Amino acid sequence: MELQDIIRPENKVYAAPELLDEVNMHYCPGCSHGVIHKLVAEVIAELGIVERTVGVSPVGCAVFAYNYIDCDWIEAAHGRAPAVATAVNRLWPENVVFTYQGDGDMSAIGTAETIHAANRGENIVMIFVNNAIYGMTGGQMAPTTLIGQKTATSPYGRRVDLNGHPLEITNLLKELDGTCYVTRQSVHTPANVRKTKAALKKAFQNAIDKKGTSVVEVVSTCNSGWKMSPEKANEWMAQNMFEKYPLGDLKV
Amino acid sequence: MAKIKGAVTVNKERCKGCNLCVVACPTDTLSLQPLEVNDRGYHFAYMSNPDACIGCCSCALVCPDACIEVYRVKVD
Amino acid sequence: MEEVRLMKGNEAIAHAAIRYGCDGYFGYPITPQSEVLETLEALMPWDTTGMVVLQAESEVAAINMVYGGAATGKAVMTSSSSPGVSLKQEGISYIAASSLPALILNVMRGGPGLGTIQPSQADYFQAVKGGGHGDYHLIVLAPSTVQEMADFVGLGFDLAFKYCNPSMILADGIVGQMMEKVVLPVQRPRRTDAEIREQCPWAVTGREGRRKRNVVTSLELESDKMEVINDQLQAKYREIEANETRWEEIDTEGADYLIISFGSVARISTKAKELAEEEGLKVGVLRPITLWPFPSEAIRKAAEGKKGILVVELNAGQMIEDVRLAVHDSLPVKHFGRMGGIIPSPSEIVNALKGMINY
Repeated sequence: MELQDIIRPENKVYAAPELLDEVNMHYCPGCSHGVIHKLVAEVIAELGIVERTVGVSPVGCAVFAYNYIDCDWIEAAHGRAPAVATAVNRLWPENVVFTYQGDGDMSAIGTAETIHAANRGENIVMIFVNNAIYGMTGGQMAPTTLIGQKTATSPYGRRVDLNGHPLEITNLLKELDGTCYVTRQSVHTPANVRKTKAALKKAFQNAIDKKGTSVVEVVSTCNSGWKMSPEKANEWMAQNMFEKYPLGDLKV
Repeated sequence: MAKIKGAVTVNKERCKGCNLCVVACPTDTLSLQPLEVNDRGYHFAYMSNPDACIGCCSCALVCPDACIEVYRVKVD
Repeated sequence: MEEVRLMKGNEAIAHAAIRYGCDGYFGYPITPQSEVLETLEALMPWDTTGMVVLQAESEVAAINMVYGGAATGKAVMTSSSSPGVSLKQEGISYIAASSLPALILNVMRGGPGLGTIQPSQADYFQAVKGGGHGDYHLIVLAPSTVQEMADFVGLGFDLAFKYCNPSMILADGIVGQMMEKVVLPVQRPRRTDAEIREQCPWAVTGREGRRKRNVVTSLELESDKMEVINDQLQAKYREIEANETRWEEIDTEGADYLIISFGSVARISTKAKELAEEEGLKVGVLRPITLWPFPSEAIRKAAEGKKGILVVELNAGQMIEDVRLAVHDSLPVKHFGRMGGIIPSPSEIVNALKGMINY
């Protein structure tokens, strides 16, 4: 069978999500953000909610998420996405609101907004991309940076006595009565990508059903910040990150 | 016995040559272009061994830049 | 219908917000303005007009809720007092940069730092010169009565929506805490979601009825585009300066001396003017109502032929800088101020005036 007989519209089983713009994304080659963007775009389309979806993008590498996913967006100040999302959710209760945040946004500068929005049980989805480093500013230490992990601001490795312990904010959010669904996933293998998509779909469905706050942490790579190839970064993540940030549902 | 035949197309200008699709492919269908680069200088992915493709979508699922489309047919 | 009531300035703000058809209030308690949130919670407007009232976890969260709500085209507001307003500056800069309508109330207390809970006007610079980062302006309204507290809610929102720019009511602890007769405005209906979609085509409401997405952002990394955005903001500010400058003059024609004050201090200055007249001095009072845009032209005109200007403020001398810029030091301009929460008596102001004359 020739290739041209296979590559025909009726045989297509996978294409780029229609809600993902055709522009090139600014992310580094192999960055997990792209995969997560695809999944968010697919889930919004499959749930048929694009006309009432509002995304809130963070400060960090995903600041330009609004250039890629074709729904309405607000770009929040650093860490304030959950506060912004709270207002949108309260003022337009029929809209489906999600935040898309990195580890600095969610678990450093925005810890208060994160915890209080979740504690109020706002009907929002928080997507938390945890790659244990600050990508956009050039690879500095994050609250989630592992002990011993080298970054631009922990050049000899993170030390507990200097920098404290890695912050497992998702575990904290699980304890709050306002959260209805808290899960930790990854996108480094095809099987994990499928699981993350299912988790996102469940989270968005919870927002539609007004069940409270859903948190989807995606343990991710930052191969540029980690100074590895994308492939090596995936391996390093599996070997090192999953021990501290084990995958699976924390609260269903 | 029915056999599955697959094929992929790569949007070579969108591809950043990250190699994750090559790693994810269970049948060693894909490679990065060893010499040729796209307009942005990336060695983009292509089907170096098209006969091996089973259209499983693994490459497309892990592709961060949504450059891969997958096609699949059953061959009797 | 209109209603005459006796209440505090802070309470009047809450009543006026509901009656204006405000969609949402987000705030955090701080003295001396906590009655705003307390009154709203007691009135439970969510059961009547559908207005959202939320006690946020911080002033920072509250102003970012205002940013989010404003981005959706809703009429939203927050209130605080000086230390809390400092915390809000980041969000205010984002709201201004994104050209969003919103209303912010500052019931000023004495600073710096935690300072005092007593009245002050020491946030003048912060309110009119920026406060947050970047080249931006708020429309700043300075009420001197409880009636103006109520009226400026509607005026502040109207101007905010007219120019897609945040408005600030810069009050002080006196006008926030004192009780006066106030005529509350007629209850207006809140705009429907359909009306908001029509009136605010830029609003982030979900893509319903639109093919293209709306994005509210203050980020632009391309310098030539960012300069254009700044030019557009500046053009808007020039338009506001041309159209919206407001002030009040009392007997400025024929006077030898001017007292210039804003907010509640202008009332004390008016009493001082009467006392001074009993001593044979001819004094006029000019009260800027909009602190930005500042009534520079009105002050320049009023100053013609005068022998001197006394600027009275509850600070170490802030508005006086704008007065001196307005008159180009063509006549003596002196400052009299009290700080730390102390309110000057009319006779103190008269003494200061006489001190200037005899200088």
